[in-house]
Amino acid sequence: QPSYKMPSHQLLLQLMKRPSQLLQASRGLSAAAAGGTRTVTLIPGDGIGPEISNSVKKIFAAAKVPIAWDEVDVTPVKGPDGQFRIPQKAIDSVNKHGIGLKGPLATPVGKGHRSLNLALRKEFNLYANVRPCRSLEGYPTPYKNVDLVTIRENTEGEYSGIEHIIVDGVVQSIKLITETASRRVAKFAFEFALREGRRKVTAVHKANIMRLSDGLFLKCCREEAHKHPGVEFAEAYLDTVCLNMVQDPTQFDVLVMPNLYGDILSDLCAGLVGGLGVTPSGNIGESGAIFESVHGTAPDIAGKDLANPTALLLSGVMMLRHMQLGEFADRIEKACLDSIGDGRARTKDLGGGATCSQFTDTICSRVA
Amino acid sequence: HSATSVGAIRFACNQARSFCSGGGGLSAAAATATESAGSSGASLQHADQGVEAGGILNAAKYGGRHHVSLIPGDGIGPELMDSVKTIVNVAGSPIDFEEIPLSAERGTDEDMRRAILSIKRNGVGLKGNLETFEGMTSKNVQLRTKLDLFAYVQRCKSIEGVPSRYSDIDILVIRENTEGEYSQLEHFNVPGVVESFKIITEAKSRQIAKFAFDTAIKTRRHRVTAVHKANIMKLSDGLFLDVCRDVARDYPSIEFNDVIVDNCCMQLVARPQQFDIMVLPNLYGNIIGNIAAGLVGGPGVAAGMNIGRKYAVFEAGTRNSGRSIRGKNIANPSALLLTTADMLEYLGDAEDAKKLRNAVLTVLRSGIRTPDLGGSSNTKEVVDAVVQYLLQVRGH
Repeated sequence: QPSYKMPSHQLLLQLMKRPSQLLQASRGLSAAAAGGTRTVTLIPGDGIGPEISNSVKKIFAAAKVPIAWDEVDVTPVKGPDGQFRIPQKAIDSVNKHGIGLKGPLATPVGKGHRSLNLALRKEFNLYANVRPCRSLEGYPTPYKNVDLVTIRENTEGEYSGIEHIIVDGVVQSIKLITETASRRVAKFAFEFALREGRRKVTAVHKANIMRLSDGLFLKCCREEAHKHPGVEFAEAYLDTVCLNMVQDPTQFDVLVMPNLYGDILSDLCAGLVGGLGVTPSGNIGESGAIFESVHGTAPDIAGKDLANPTALLLSGVMMLRHMQLGEFADRIEKACLDSIGDGRARTKDLGGGATCSQFTDTICSRVA
Repeated sequence: HSATSVGAIRFACNQARSFCSGGGGLSAAAATATESAGSSGASLQHADQGVEAGGILNAAKYGGRHHVSLIPGDGIGPELMDSVKTIVNVAGSPIDFEEIPLSAERGTDEDMRRAILSIKRNGVGLKGNLETFEGMTSKNVQLRTKLDLFAYVQRCKSIEGVPSRYSDIDILVIRENTEGEYSQLEHFNVPGVVESFKIITEAKSRQIAKFAFDTAIKTRRHRVTAVHKANIMKLSDGLFLDVCRDVARDYPSIEFNDVIVDNCCMQLVARPQQFDIMVLPNLYGNIIGNIAAGLVGGPGVAAGMNIGRKYAVFEAGTRNSGRSIRGKNIANPSALLLTTADMLEYLGDAEDAKKLRNAVLTVLRSGIRTPDLGGSSNTKEVVDAVVQYLLQVRGH
């Protein structure tokens, strides 16, 4: 039993580094690839979370994906010390399986609760946020043929949460950039590009203004570029990227950047292809990964069978690719995109008239 | 492009100035302190001091003509400034340019001091972008902070004839121009760890917020939207947002709302017509300003102005040096020409401003466009077309 006296994130880092855990995780991976069943943590979340999670489970079952689900709830509970934290059962589950799929979480309002998403990120040391943005055929936006991936450093930068009031009326917010974190995310970006067959990685920065911090980030990217000669490398100012992105997003491939720029740019790109309701996302950690939909909990339509499971489903597809179950990933993705392309099967938010169940059933029939 | 808007903005700036000289805050005090500490004895004989306290300071006119400091800058700056000089001549505008040799290569402290002195003397500047090489501090940022050009204003309006995915966009981006993430305060904490400080002060937030609302009143616009990330940066952006809300209370006729920066980006590419005036801290202003400029046609048609209590420096809206297209005769002169028109209006020559603006917009409408707008004309052809139009208007 873990002691509540030790800060839980430190304990978890220790747990996740234990060789037995890693071995178990890798055994699980090869088990799945060899035809065995791999267990994955499922965090349905709040609001529409449970119903879209059910859709995903149904579709995966129809496609006969060799995955078993371990469902957990991450609503914070009060520990013996009065502090709210993620239930131990959830932590143990993710540590054990190493892979998680997560629906939207409602951030509790009020003192004593940190943003749950932030807490999860810190608990599992998820250092890279990956968001592929691809134009959906059948759901046209003013932007055609978008096919890019934003990779955002997810642990430091402007979101270190370090702020001070210097004197009355003067606030200082600290942006922290470390060589370790920058190198880690840059390395991941290049390995990701190679694995996914992508052509070019662009580092997005503002080193003309933030010479030391973004300069350090850029230096690490350049060094990793050197080590991965099979991938083209470019550097671009953040403002120039934004300017060009809204004029011609097809010129971009993989973009890697520090935390804040990544937050903004990934949402900008999501907007280009249709918004958060159709955008998948993956968070990569050193010994595990959590894939999640990034839209809200939509409490107004929760329980009414109106939700669109696309974002969570495509996140599940990302997860399958991460687990080297690419064949299943391709089939499910195709079924999903074809169903969206078929106007009648679309959910309300995409301009169709189908319910969540109807949309799910359409995909199931396509994928079986 | 309403001819009254720049004049209105200048008025709004003077409002902000009278607020500031009332002793409000750290920034005004800091600015004054820097000025007196930095100037040598001889240059202190400016008419500037004392005149400023009275009311609206008009830029000096020598013999009925304005003197404008001109910094060509790097990249496509020099070639486009040549176009500006040609056209200002043809248009018969009463402007004499005082050229300042400041660039990335030539940029000692003395060069910078002279540049700043020139702009202080003339009151108005027109500049290209100065490149920042590795190891250098940005000269553009230095100019802005030393002259206390606290507001950066970009009017992003759909232009007839310029291809774009949207129509009916008319956004005024008002960006805090001297603090925030651009404070240039960084250090290595330990090897491999850098701390970079973002500074937000109540004084500068209030100054920019008031400027935004005053501009709203004068340009007869309806809504000001503050853009921030106060849900994560609770103290810094929180302060900015609180101050904006506070200032909004003094302007009950202007609608006020706020939006988180990442959601703002999504909204901009989905439905940009919903935005009117946007007020933002420095970095978000950079991002949103570029997005908005991209939405209405890109860097080739974007105009920008840096405005302070006493001085104004005009430049192309998205501040690119255009290094990759230098010397190729394909740079779009429209941005700088529209900026020059804004400058003429700021100087009080509304008629000339209107003529120049019309000339550029007419040429854009006629299909004579450089490659960045999907056309096949080169810089010279566009400039010639503008010259032709102006000559026509003059009755030649």
